[in-house]
Amino acid sequence: MSNQIASVSKEEKKLVFGKPDALNDEKFSYCPGCHHGIINRLIAEAIDELGIRETTVGTAPVGCSVFLYEWFDIDVVQPAHGRVSAVATGMKRARPDLTVFAYQGDGDFASIGTNNSVHAANRGENITVFFINNTLYGMTGGEMAPTTLIDQKTTTTPGGRKAEDFGYPIKMSEMLSKLDGPTYITRQAVYDVKTIKRAKKAIKKGFRNQLEGKGYSLIEFLSACPINWGLDPVEAIDRIKEEVEQVYPLGDILDRTAGEKE
Amino acid sequence: MGNKQLMRGNEAIAESAIRAGCRNYFAYPITPQAELLQWMATHMPEEDNGTFLQAESEIGAVNMVYGAASTGERAMTSSSSPGISLKQEGISYLAGSDLPAVIVNIMRGGPGLGNIQPAQGDYFQATKGGGHGDYQLLTLAPSTVPEAAQLTYEAFDLADEYRTPVMVLADGMIGQMMEPVELPARKDLNELPSKPWATSGAKNRKPNVIKSFALGGDKLKAMSEERFTKYRVIERKEVRYEEIGVEGPDILVTAFGTVARIVKSTIRLGQEEGINIGLFRPITLWPFPGDRIDELSGKVDTVLTVEMNSGQMVEDIRLSVSKNINTPFYGEMAGCVPTPKGILEEVKKHV
Repeated sequence: MSNQIASVSKEEKKLVFGKPDALNDEKFSYCPGCHHGIINRLIAEAIDELGIRETTVGTAPVGCSVFLYEWFDIDVVQPAHGRVSAVATGMKRARPDLTVFAYQGDGDFASIGTNNSVHAANRGENITVFFINNTLYGMTGGEMAPTTLIDQKTTTTPGGRKAEDFGYPIKMSEMLSKLDGPTYITRQAVYDVKTIKRAKKAIKKGFRNQLEGKGYSLIEFLSACPINWGLDPVEAIDRIKEEVEQVYPLGDILDRTAGEKE
Repeated sequence: MGNKQLMRGNEAIAESAIRAGCRNYFAYPITPQAELLQWMATHMPEEDNGTFLQAESEIGAVNMVYGAASTGERAMTSSSSPGISLKQEGISYLAGSDLPAVIVNIMRGGPGLGNIQPAQGDYFQATKGGGHGDYQLLTLAPSTVPEAAQLTYEAFDLADEYRTPVMVLADGMIGQMMEPVELPARKDLNELPSKPWATSGAKNRKPNVIKSFALGGDKLKAMSEERFTKYRVIERKEVRYEEIGVEGPDILVTAFGTVARIVKSTIRLGQEEGINIGLFRPITLWPFPGDRIDELSGKVDTVLTVEMNSGQMVEDIRLSVSKNINTPFYGEMAGCVPTPKGILEEVKKHV
C-alpha cells in the first residue's frame, strides 16, 4: 500500500479523501476504538453536504465529547451537564434562522438532563438531537449509566447491574416516541460500512427536518467505549451487535414524515 | 411626560424588560412573581420575534436563557427565592461563560418552601456567590415600583456592557404592590450593542465558542483573572446608592429595597420627636458601596442596619466601617415586614 502511494508522482496526486470543511485540522482526542469520532465526522459531512456550516451552532456536552468545540469549524456552545436540550431550545427560539444541534451522552440526555430532554421533545422543538449511548459514563471512569445493561459490570456496579437495586436500562428513544411532539426518532450504529451509511442518512434527515421546520429529531447512536468496557475495539463492536442491540434494536422508531417526499 | 400608569411591580418589570429590547423570556410559575410571567405570556408574542416560553423547570428556564444569550440576543428569566436556588447552577455557568442575562428575584420567606410573604433572605445568595466557583453577580436592589422598572431596563445595558449576568433583587412587596410608573422608552433593537463574540453562525469569521470550561490550571486562571479585572472595573464605575440626611444625623440607618422605603417613614416619625435620622440605601448590593458608608460612618456613633432577614447586609456594613462605630442590627424574619414605629423604637435604643 505505502509503496503504491510513494510511486505516485507529485503531479499525479489528487486528494480523494479529506476532512470535511465543518471540521478543522485539530486531531480528535477520543480513545482508540471510540465511536464518537466517527459520529462527529458524519455530522460534519452532513453539515458540508447540506451547505449549512456558516449557519449551524453546535453544543459540546459535559463528557468525552466536551472538546467538540476544538474540532468543529463552526460556532459551539458548551452547556452545563444535562442541560443541552434546554440550551439548544433557547438558542433556536432566539434565532430560528440558525441550525442548532444538541450533542448529548447517555448520562447527559437520559439521567441528569431527563427533564429537559423529555420536554424539549414534547414541545417538538425544531432542533436536531444526537444522543450517544455507550451504556456507561466514559469520561469520569466507567460508572453505571441509566442505559447500562443488566449484569453489565461498571465501576459503580462491580458485581454487575442488578435491576432490583438500579432498575432497568432506560429506553429514551422508545419513551419519547410515545409523545405527540417529536417528528423523527431513530437508533443507529457506526461499526461497519452499512451502519455508517445508514447513520449518515439519519443525520441528514435530522438536519433536513429542522431546515424544513418539521420539528424535533432524535438520532440515538449505539457507541463503543472499548476502554471502559475492557474490550479491544473489534470485541467492542461484537458486544454492540450481540448484546447492546438486543436491548436497543437499531432502526427508525418514529417517523412522522414517513410518506413525504424527501 | 405625564405618561404615568398604575402598574403592579411584577408587570412594570416585565414591560420594562420588553422596552429594553428583551425578546427572549423563559420562566416557571412561582408566587409572588407570577404576574411577571403572565404579563410576558400576553405581551411578548405581540413583539416581532418575541419569545415567551414557560419552561419545564427553573433549571430549564435559566439554561434557555443561557442558550438565547449565547446567540447574542437579550434574554431574561425571573422567579422567587426557591426557584432562584434552582437557577444557581445556571447563574454560575452564565458568569463562567461571560454571558449577559438578566435574572429577577422577587424574594419571599425562606429557607425551604418558607412562605409567600416579602423577605430579603437571599442577600447572601445574590452577593456572595449563590452558585459554585469564583464569580460575582451584579445585583440591583430597587425600593419602589418605578425604580424596579428603571433598574430592570438598565440591567440589560449593564449585562451587555460587562458581559455578565445581572440580578434585579426585589421582594414580594415590590412585586405585588401597585404604583404609578412612567415606563422607559422602547429601545430601537437596531441600536443595541453588537456582540461579535456571539455564537450566531461562523460566517466570514473564525468560529466563536461559548464555554466556562478550561482544562489545566493556567487556562482557567487566565479566564478568571480576565473576569476579575472586569469586576474591578464594575466596582469602580457602577456603585450606586441613595442617601438622605446623612450630613450630621443623630444616627445613620442603612437598609435596601422595601425596608429603605419604610425607613423613610421612620425618618418623619423621628423628626416629630426631634430625632435626626439619616438613611443610606445601597442600590447596588454588589458592587457594595462600602467606601461611601465608611466615609459617612465617620460622622456618627451608630450605623443601624435594618433588613427583612436575620442580618445579612449588616455583615458588609461591618466589614466597611471602622471598628469603633456601633453597628447594631434590627430585622424581621420569616416574611414579616418591619414597621416605621418598630424601627423608631430600635433607633431610640441607640441615640
